[in-house]
Amino acid sequence: MAQIELSAIRKSFDGTDVLKGIDFRIEDGEFISLVGPSGCGKSTLLRIIAGLEPQNSGEVRIDGRPVDAIRPSARNLAMVFQSYALYPHLSTFDNIAVPLRMRRLSAIERLPLLGPLLPGRRVKERAIRADITAIAEQLDIAPLLRRKPGQLSGGQRQRVAVGRAMVREPRAFLFDEPLSNLDAKLRVHMRAELAELHRRLEATFVYVTHDQAEAMTMSSRIAVMMGGELIQAGTPAQIYNDPSDIRVAEFIGSPKINILPGRIRNDGGIDVLGTALRLACKATAGDCRVGVRPERIELGAGPFSGSVVHLENLGAEAFVHLAIEGTALRLIARLADVRHLPAMGSALAFGFPPDAVRVFDPAGKRIELRAEQAERIREPAHV
Amino acid sequence: MSDGSMTIDAAIVPAAAARQTLPAHGSRRAYAAYALVTPAAALMLVMLLGPLAGVIALSFTDYQLGAPHFSWIGLANYQDLFADKVFWTALRNTLTYVVVVVPGAVVAGLAIALLIQSGTSLRSLYRTIYFLPVMATLIAMAVVWEFMLHPQFGLVNGLLRGAGLPAFAWLQDRNTALYALCAIGIWQAVGFNMVLFLAGLVSIPKQLYEAAEIDGASSGWARFRLVTWPMLGPVTTFVVVISGIRSFQVFDTVHVLTKGGPSKSTEVLIHTMYTEGFEFFRSGYAAAITVVFLVFVLALTLIKSRLADRGVHYT
Repeated sequence: MAQIELSAIRKSFDGTDVLKGIDFRIEDGEFISLVGPSGCGKSTLLRIIAGLEPQNSGEVRIDGRPVDAIRPSARNLAMVFQSYALYPHLSTFDNIAVPLRMRRLSAIERLPLLGPLLPGRRVKERAIRADITAIAEQLDIAPLLRRKPGQLSGGQRQRVAVGRAMVREPRAFLFDEPLSNLDAKLRVHMRAELAELHRRLEATFVYVTHDQAEAMTMSSRIAVMMGGELIQAGTPAQIYNDPSDIRVAEFIGSPKINILPGRIRNDGGIDVLGTALRLACKATAGDCRVGVRPERIELGAGPFSGSVVHLENLGAEAFVHLAIEGTALRLIARLADVRHLPAMGSALAFGFPPDAVRVFDPAGKRIELRAEQAERIREPAHV
Repeated sequence: MSDGSMTIDAAIVPAAAARQTLPAHGSRRAYAAYALVTPAAALMLVMLLGPLAGVIALSFTDYQLGAPHFSWIGLANYQDLFADKVFWTALRNTLTYVVVVVPGAVVAGLAIALLIQSGTSLRSLYRTIYFLPVMATLIAMAVVWEFMLHPQFGLVNGLLRGAGLPAFAWLQDRNTALYALCAIGIWQAVGFNMVLFLAGLVSIPKQLYEAAEIDGASSGWARFRLVTWPMLGPVTTFVVVISGIRSFQVFDTVHVLTKGGPSKSTEVLIHTMYTEGFEFFRSGYAAAITVVFLVFVLALTLIKSRLADRGVHYT
């Protein structure tokens, strides 16, 4: 099992900077998700860790030892690809056997006709067979061992790819968007399976995804990447509740966080849509942006009002889209009780508790609030 | 067999039922279908099957080109053929040619394709250079080869002399003439095979190589064995069969350079057929040789389609 350290990793393709100096440390046994929109460099970073792509500068260390001069095959990392990259001409059994045969058999023993005649080969093959059978049972693919990848469903191929990674007991597992080719239902199922696998193996998992839901549900830590930079790393709860950048706040969470235009007054107080929030900060006066998660919007009472323009009833919860009066702004609120939905077009008052507010400066950086002034901004007359 | 007949039955029954309930409509559709098939079927009959049947029929006659009449002589042409020493020499030479040229042209084509694919620059230049012999007329190129292999002032012997080795009459010696023709055959086929292999190499997903690298295939040979060679399977089958058929058809170089000599050492099937048919005008006899030739080509084609059926694992 391994700890992976990245220091000042830079990479550019044809003059375009894809990674702009990544410093990051992945602890032993962690399930870390690298998450970000497409083109943010997360897959490139994973490929640099694997050794499939050389970095322009910076260093990758595994268990404290620099691996930059070591070939991917010698780094002892396993990788699960988005397309699974199973060898189409080999059966499931042979696919899983490839890394074992590469490691345990000599080049002569691997020769097609001569190899099986060598005395040592049979003993080694028996050990390989035993290992594969054990893995196949763990992953529930024992009945599929004779089939070729072309005869397997997407979920089964996914499992075979995971089996091929597991069988060699690597120092760490690298996953490159492994669930994105599966249908939505299977994805949710495999999410749980992968998280369970991580708990069982207690191995280091590095998981690249653009799906924030996958990152939130599986990982012990999330690293959010944007435009070639690592913006924030932390537990899913930290990333969700305490985003350090407006891009993180907007990327994590579905539906997206509501962003309202605000203003910081000279005394440090904050106005949103012309209403003063009973909040203050130390930042200098000027424009700011205020973020509130949909589930923290309280409908029916508050200093703001809007009209219902769209309703999404998901059965267990509902999302109310509000057009805020006097502006072109839209806002989404989550309603836990779907039995009392507001009528379309009806006017609704709304508000939010002060601890739900995250304030960002115009550049998108988070502004810390002064906690002692925080109190509820609900107007008692409306209750 | 029973499976096949069952599916056919199953397909016929609903069609028959439909015909009973809607007779006019059903038959009109059938006529339309036949009408649409007619042009293609007629063309195939006239252009492909007709001549083939003609050749087979001709091989049972004593027809001579230009003769006013002919008579059926049954298998007499074949009896003559199989008793003729020249035919067996030609068959042996043709098979030798195929056995040398096919592996040579396939291995060299694959090797050049791999080299070009792994190169970084000048790829299209190399591709064009190696493809040139395919585009050039072989007759014209054979004349160039004749000069190259000329015993006195040929380039090949010039190089040999330069290296201090004795000159050699490649095309005039019965031990080397066929192999000199084989070398020209390989030279000519390599470019075509290379282009096919290049197309095959391009279609191999890059991620398979990355997976192989991660799985521990660190040497180029290990990756070739694990990914390239199996993934090229269908292309290789095709290339081998096409090279085989084209080698069976070898004629131009023989006709221009050796005329089957010296002492029949380069006599090949098509050349024998040409001599019998167009120099001695024994059309019936030449047709019999053609039928033998077609049997070999057909066998190769059947092998290919059998292998292609087995290659379904690539989807």
